[in-house]
Amino acid sequence: MTIATSAHPAAGQSGGKTQIKPYTMNFGPQHPAAHGVLRLVMELNGEVVERCDPHIGLLHRGTEKLIEYKTYLQAVPYFDRLDYVSPMCMEHAYVLGIENLLQIKAPLRAQYIRVLFSEITRILNHILSITTGALDVGAITPALWGFEEREILMEFYERVCGARLHANYFRPGGVAWDLPAGLTDDIWEFTERFPKFVDDIDNLLTNNRIFKQRTVDIGVVTKEEAFNWGFTGPMLRGSGVAWDLRKSQPYEVYDRMDFDVPVGLTGDCWARYLVRMEEMRQSNRMIRQCLKELPEGPVRAEERKVSPPPRGEMKRSMEALIHHFKLFTEGFHVPAGETYTAIEAPKGEFGVYLVSDGTNKPYRCKIRAPGFAHLQGLDFMSKGHMLADAVANIASMDIVFGEIDR
Amino acid sequence: MSEQALKELGDHIAATLGDDVLKVELKLGELMVTVRRPSLIKSLTFLRDDPTCSFEQLLDVTAVDWPEREERFEVVYILLSYKHNRRLRVKVTTDEDTPVASAVPVYNAAGWFERETWDMFGIFFSDHPDLRRILTDYGFEGHPLRKDFPMTGYVECRYDEDQKRVVYEPVRLTQDFRSFDFLSPWEGMTNVMLPGDEKAQAPDTGSKP
Repeated sequence: MTIATSAHPAAGQSGGKTQIKPYTMNFGPQHPAAHGVLRLVMELNGEVVERCDPHIGLLHRGTEKLIEYKTYLQAVPYFDRLDYVSPMCMEHAYVLGIENLLQIKAPLRAQYIRVLFSEITRILNHILSITTGALDVGAITPALWGFEEREILMEFYERVCGARLHANYFRPGGVAWDLPAGLTDDIWEFTERFPKFVDDIDNLLTNNRIFKQRTVDIGVVTKEEAFNWGFTGPMLRGSGVAWDLRKSQPYEVYDRMDFDVPVGLTGDCWARYLVRMEEMRQSNRMIRQCLKELPEGPVRAEERKVSPPPRGEMKRSMEALIHHFKLFTEGFHVPAGETYTAIEAPKGEFGVYLVSDGTNKPYRCKIRAPGFAHLQGLDFMSKGHMLADAVANIASMDIVFGEIDR
Repeated sequence: MSEQALKELGDHIAATLGDDVLKVELKLGELMVTVRRPSLIKSLTFLRDDPTCSFEQLLDVTAVDWPEREERFEVVYILLSYKHNRRLRVKVTTDEDTPVASAVPVYNAAGWFERETWDMFGIFFSDHPDLRRILTDYGFEGHPLRKDFPMTGYVECRYDEDQKRVVYEPVRLTQDFRSFDFLSPWEGMTNVMLPGDEKAQAPDTGSKP
């Protein structure tokens, strides 16, 4: 492993024995295994990590401040840029928060589409997480195979919203527009062969001797620690807590979905890997169910104060034209109030704490990123492990800096 | 999560904590409890350990800045109970100078959340083990999420070829920051009661820009 060291000479002689002083080492911020711009200041005893202090904020863009200066609608694209590996899930939390404040509901078809794309996003995220995690511990093939599948999924993204990554597809009260013709058939076709891909990764990794040596019993998190450190998502389920917001506090149409919540037993990196693998299979199941049940109907709430009128109507109705103009200049006003809305993002509980003062801009929008809490736990998870295991821990936390630094 | 259950929980908290609770609100199906600043730790410990509350996890600590209020900051603790599948927000108020007790002894997760709140709002948390800035740059000055901090900030940085290092300079905008005030009565006519205009109920769309 090539890591830039900024250390003082490490060895001092005392008597006949060699006394090794703790070594302060700088890991990152430009290191492929740091999953972005993570700078770790580590204290090492030989190769054993004694203390690990993550320095974050190198990707801080002030999203929360920017959102305060934008209308509710203009703030949606910022959410794509938080966790750029699972953009639509981020938007999902935000639009649900606004809908909660406005007390409106998206039509059923829109809810199905959102769930459909949330699950596609989950697969997108987990493919990246698992395969780059494997890359960090020495396996290169899963990453090559995984990125091929990701590309196909991002093509679905592109077809539905025009962009591969920064979707900007969800809207308060529904989604931007309906699915294009033929997309459902292609997604269906994808779900038919996707389990084969998961099996292939399974064959490559799950019982691979090297992979297990690098992940089993590494970064063990007990149930109590997971609670105490604010861990959510696969980090919590890997420690044996059967908790999934999609089951326990179902939003949208998740209460209609037929899926299982995988729970790990050991709380180590391997358990978290297994949880994510199973989640991909369950997501695949949910995508199929969504496609089967997808109802016909509108994809945006018929509430002209929130969603713009259709083009055709605008050509004929003065009122529609005014609505359109007002919505895209001033934006809609949200009644004063506050809400904390959370969804089960691929990485854990992603929450948006929205405070509205009754104007057209959010008064305060706090983004609760799961990775932020997870990275805080890196110190206790890595303590006593080897340096290379700290890398495995980072990988198993599924760190993405867009959401941590915000 | 029925409203009724949350209401009962609110009553239970108010009854047990007594004078420490200033306000219990139930809005949009979400429960909020405002407590006195000195009894924050006591309240959080109670909320974690009491079997009826059992809020095992602190999900987030954040703040909201209301500059016109006497105590301008509202520090918000977002809690989650896995046992009862319930959420709760605990709030305390403070100003620029008064420290809030750190919640790290109760929830380890509070460490970074409070660092972030300190960084963004300048709210001081007493007895915090490691209260450093977290998201902003090394040597940054000011607290960006305060309402009186301009969105553009005060400094911008660039790489200086002569000095061979990154230098900080006062912000220079080549184009004015465009901030449209939609709240003036002539443009954003949302429930603005004008004198003599008795029919002024929600003329949201009627006004020409």
